[in-house]
Order: sequence, then C-alpha cells, then structure tokens
Amino acid sequence: MKVHEYQAKEVFKKYGILTPMEKMCHTVDEVIAASKEIGIPCVIKAQVMVGGRGKAGGIKLAKSEKEVRQHAESILNMEIKGIPVKKVLVSEAIDIGSEAYLGIIIDRGKKKTVVMACKEGGVEIEEIARQRPEAIYKVYADSLMGLMPHRAREVGLFLYEDPKVAFECASVASKLYKIFVDLDSSLVEINPLVVDKGGRLIALDAKLNFDDNGLFRHPDVEAMRDRESEDASELLAKEQDLSYVRLSGNIGCVVNGAGLAMATMDLVKHFGGEPANFLDIGGSSSPEKVMNALRILLKDENVKVIFFNIFGGITRCDDVANGILQAKHTLNIKHPIVARLTGTNEEKAMDILKEAGLIFAKTMDEGAEKAIELLK
Amino acid sequence: MSIFVGKETKLLVQGITGRDGSFHTMQMLKYGTNVVAGVTPGRGGQKVEGVPVFNGVAEAVGKTGANTSVIFVPAKFAVDAVYEAADAGIELVVCISEGIPAIDMVKVVAYLRDKDCRLIGPNSPGVVSPGEAKVGILPGHIFKKGNVGVVSRSGTLTYEIVDQITKSGLGQSTCLGIGGDPIIGTKFIDCLELFAEDGATEAVVVVGEIGGRDEQDTAEYVKKNFKKPVFGFIAGKTAPADKRMGHAGAIISGTAGTAAEKIKAFEENGIVVGETPTEVARLLKKHLG
Repeated sequence: MKVHEYQAKEVFKKYGILTPMEKMCHTVDEVIAASKEIGIPCVIKAQVMVGGRGKAGGIKLAKSEKEVRQHAESILNMEIKGIPVKKVLVSEAIDIGSEAYLGIIIDRGKKKTVVMACKEGGVEIEEIARQRPEAIYKVYADSLMGLMPHRAREVGLFLYEDPKVAFECASVASKLYKIFVDLDSSLVEINPLVVDKGGRLIALDAKLNFDDNGLFRHPDVEAMRDRESEDASELLAKEQDLSYVRLSGNIGCVVNGAGLAMATMDLVKHFGGEPANFLDIGGSSSPEKVMNALRILLKDENVKVIFFNIFGGITRCDDVANGILQAKHTLNIKHPIVARLTGTNEEKAMDILKEAGLIFAKTMDEGAEKAIELLK
Repeated sequence: MSIFVGKETKLLVQGITGRDGSFHTMQMLKYGTNVVAGVTPGRGGQKVEGVPVFNGVAEAVGKTGANTSVIFVPAKFAVDAVYEAADAGIELVVCISEGIPAIDMVKVVAYLRDKDCRLIGPNSPGVVSPGEAKVGILPGHIFKKGNVGVVSRSGTLTYEIVDQITKSGLGQSTCLGIGGDPIIGTKFIDCLELFAEDGATEAVVVVGEIGGRDEQDTAEYVKKNFKKPVFGFIAGKTAPADKRMGHAGAIISGTAGTAAEKIKAFEENGIVVGETPTEVARLLKKHLG
C-alpha cells in the first residue's frame, strides 16, 4: 500500500524528522489561503502516487500571488500518467544548500533491512543502482538488534563532512528506521534530503510504502489509504479475499493460485490473445467466491470471453462449477465461458456443468486457444 | 533418494486441530507420510485422525521423536510457531501459513542462523518426495516417483507443470514450493545444492516468477556450480509494473524483476527455458527420454 507525500510527511513529523512548513489543499482558493499562511515564494506540488511528478510539470515554484493562482489552477486540472490531480501540497520554499538521498528497504537477497545513502539527491535511485552502484552507500541493520547508533553515524558521515550535519543525519536515519520497523513499511525514502542555507537538515520529499501483510496490525496505516486513487475493482477484490489486477485485454481469466494465474495470462498472450486481468480466487474456493470473482470480472466492459483455468488441489472443481452455474443464472452472464477444470472432483464438476452451455477444454493450452478462437 | 523429506521423516503438524491442519493431516496420512504428532496449545491430550496432540512442540518432540514440522497456524501466530519448532530441535520446518509481515521474516531468518534448523516457506505449498512422504498441501495424486527435481515459487503452477511431467511418463525425485513471499527461509540455490548431491535427481526444473532477483542469482550459480541439466519457466511475462500479483513477492519494482530479465539470465547461463508449462515438460522429456 502507498500513501501520498503529505501523509508520509505527517508520519515523519510524528517521529521528529524536520519537514518544510506545508499544507495540503483541494482547491485553488485553499491554495491561495495556504500560500498567505506559509509565505510567498512557495512550492505547489501535485499529490499523486506516481513517479516523475516534476518532469510532468506537477511541481512548481510560485513567486507571486498571481503565480500561486496560475500554478494551482494548472496543477489541479492536470493528469499525471493518466491520474487526475485532486490534491496539492503547498510547501515553504527552501533555500537549498545541498541534496542527498536516504532510503530504507528490505534486501531480498541478503534477507536484511538496508539503509541506502547517496550524495546525489532527487535522482532515480534504481537508475543509479544499475549504472553506478558504487555511488550508493549501504548499511545493513542487524536483524535482531536493529540499526545501532554507530551504524547510523556511518551513514551520516558518508553523506556529510560537517560532523554536526552528519550526526543530525544519523538521527534522521535512526528515526527513519524506527518508522520502517514500527509501521511494517516496505519502503521509506527521503529524496531529496536537503541541507538549507541555514544548515538545517530537511526532508524535502517523502515516500512511504507499506507491506500489505503487516496492515492487519496497523489500523492507523490502513486509515491513510486513499481509496479514490486505487482501482475500485481491485479494492473490492481485496475485501473479498480475492486478488485482482486489471489489464487492457478482452479475455477475462479466473484462476486458482497466483503463479498459475500469471502463467494463464502469459499463455493467452502466447497464443495471440490479450488477457483482461489477473484474478486469483485462492485455495479452498467456495461457490460464493467464484460468484464474487465473476461479479468483479464483469465490471470490466472490455471482457468478451471468460476463461476458467482451475487446477484442483485444495480447490474443488465441483465448488467452482457450482459457482459458475449460480453466477450464470444470478448475474445473467451472456459471455461465452471456456472452462478447464482439472483435479479434485473434476468429474462431479463436469456433471454439474454439462447442461450449462460452456465450452470445455482438457488442458490450459486448449482452453487459451478456444478462448481466442471465440473472439474471431 | 530424495531431499528434505523421505522415509526418515517423522512429521509434527503445528495447528493440527484447525480446519486446514486437520484436513491436510488426513491427506498426508493417506499419502503414507509418517505423521507422529500434532500441536495446538490448549488441546493437548486430544487426537486428530489418530495422531496425538500436544500443548507444545518440545513435549511432542520428546515423546514422539518428531524431526520435521509443518505449520498451518494463522499468520499472526506463525512466527512464534517457527521459533518454537527451532527451539525444540526440529530440523526442518515447512511453513504453509500465508501473510506473515516481511519484517518478521527478517527476524526469523536471523534467529534461525544459529540453529540447526532449516525453514521452507512461508507461503509454501510444501514438499513431496513421491512414494516416500508428502509434507504440506500439494495434491498427492499428480506425483510419480522419478528422477526430476522440481523447485518453484508457486503452488498451483507447480502442480500444472508436475502433472504434465508425470503425464509425459517421467517422475519426480522431490518437488517443493519455496513460497511466494519476498523473504523466505530456503531459496532456489539452497535446493540446487541438495539436488546436486542427490543421486536420484538427474535433472531439475526451476519455476520462477516476477519480483526480486533470485532467478538471476540462481542462473549464475547454475553456470558456475551445477552439473545436472536445468529447465526453467518464468511466470508473469504479461504482468504490469508496480502491481502485486497475488504473491507478496511477485511485484516488479520499477524496471527490476521483470520476466524478460529473468528469462534472459536463465538462457545466458545454460538453463533451458520453456515458453509455456507444456513446453517445459516437452523439453524435459526430449532430454531425459
């Protein structure tokens, strides 16, 4: 789960990390009022959860009230990578002395939490990692002891020569680590971390992502979810214990298991079709879950054919068959359905579905090909 | 021969009285697995499918000599279940539970470093050595004893590929799912090291997916150290970036962790990649005859 910059900064403030004076606004009038409070010049920043806001013109410095209005109007009417901007952050203009990068993630290979620092700020850290990995300084936290103070100081001393700033930075790194661990974060990032002309260390930007598996113990984090910025079907699926991701094709896929669901999409593409979605109905799927899955799938008007690919293990094919039958009646599904149901109780499933007007396939290859054929 | 589980496995089921725990205990017994004990705190003295239930792992190990455990408890309690098993001297823990926070797994991995205990999972479907033992939730009927080792990050996709391998006339030495989470106890390379030593394994199938760079590391390892033929499949060629595809670990971050990168790494390092699950089985059959 991701949150906006302004939300991440609220968390930062709670943990004692210095951020610019700021206010989140929804309208041009609110922006103008905020600019008077914060002072002009100020920076107006689009609040969307995608990268490249600056390049897209979503971050602007306003030097007069006229510019505040102009920029507020343009940014609030803007779409960045297809996402409409509905909120902006009005921020104090900081007199920047130097910029750096500071972030924490879990290193999957080393199975440890790692603090990453780079003397260049405002950069795409992944790009740097690929092109000049030596520019990134990494400090691994001890998995049981945490980020020890001397390790945090190591980070500060890498970034800054002035010991006063370096130790201030060590304190920021420790606070960042505390946020990461306390809140089950998957990424926390200050990019750029700046030293202003007065020598203060400030988090000019903030990024905070959370591990979905940790959300159950953080209702406060869940409460930060911006439901508007997420796909409604994907959210609904999550609530019903399904896993759905919308794509742009026309063959709706219903599969049990994430790996098989991905392989099914890939197979559709392999034979020349376009998958409409990723949809994992999980293990031990009840007829009701199948109904819910189809309800979500059918919200996508691009879907022209439905392809069930079920490998029964814990999932019983007769449960899925009952779900299909019920859904066909209740939801009045007119789409052709290709069903490949194999494994546990597959014969029972065939009995249930023999009058249902489905197209059956023995293998997933055959199923994918039949689904594509139906579109012609 | 086989790896991880076999005739010598004496299995303990943690969370045996739960819905999944009891159902799969029955399935594992039916397969012929030597299930010696179960643990559910507060349910000591009961029996599930004839298997004695204990309040704690140490007591169960003391009374039954269990050497392997499989965990079916909810994610919230699964981490402590792993610690309990490790502290009681269990050598192999297979964690089926899904949804454990990554930061907890970082601690688990660190805790286990000093213990003589291997963890498979979490979010693993389990391990099967056909004809010997089944530990976990994999459907027993698709397996056949043979000489192909199978290791995978997923569940049902593994069944699909195993089923096709079996239908082609080949069989498996050991098949396991290492789990779809970002932080897991046992990785591809750990399994390959054991498959290398296993006399019954003549070829290995590695089933990877998007996210992380485990497949790339594995490819480099195979080129340098692994002498047996390796076949591969990568799921998620059509997955969009920045979206979690079911598994917590199946996410392309930015441009890293794509299927294309992984397939390239496999091919450049001598792993034969099948475009589809069917093709994997066909290539394998062609090679082993």
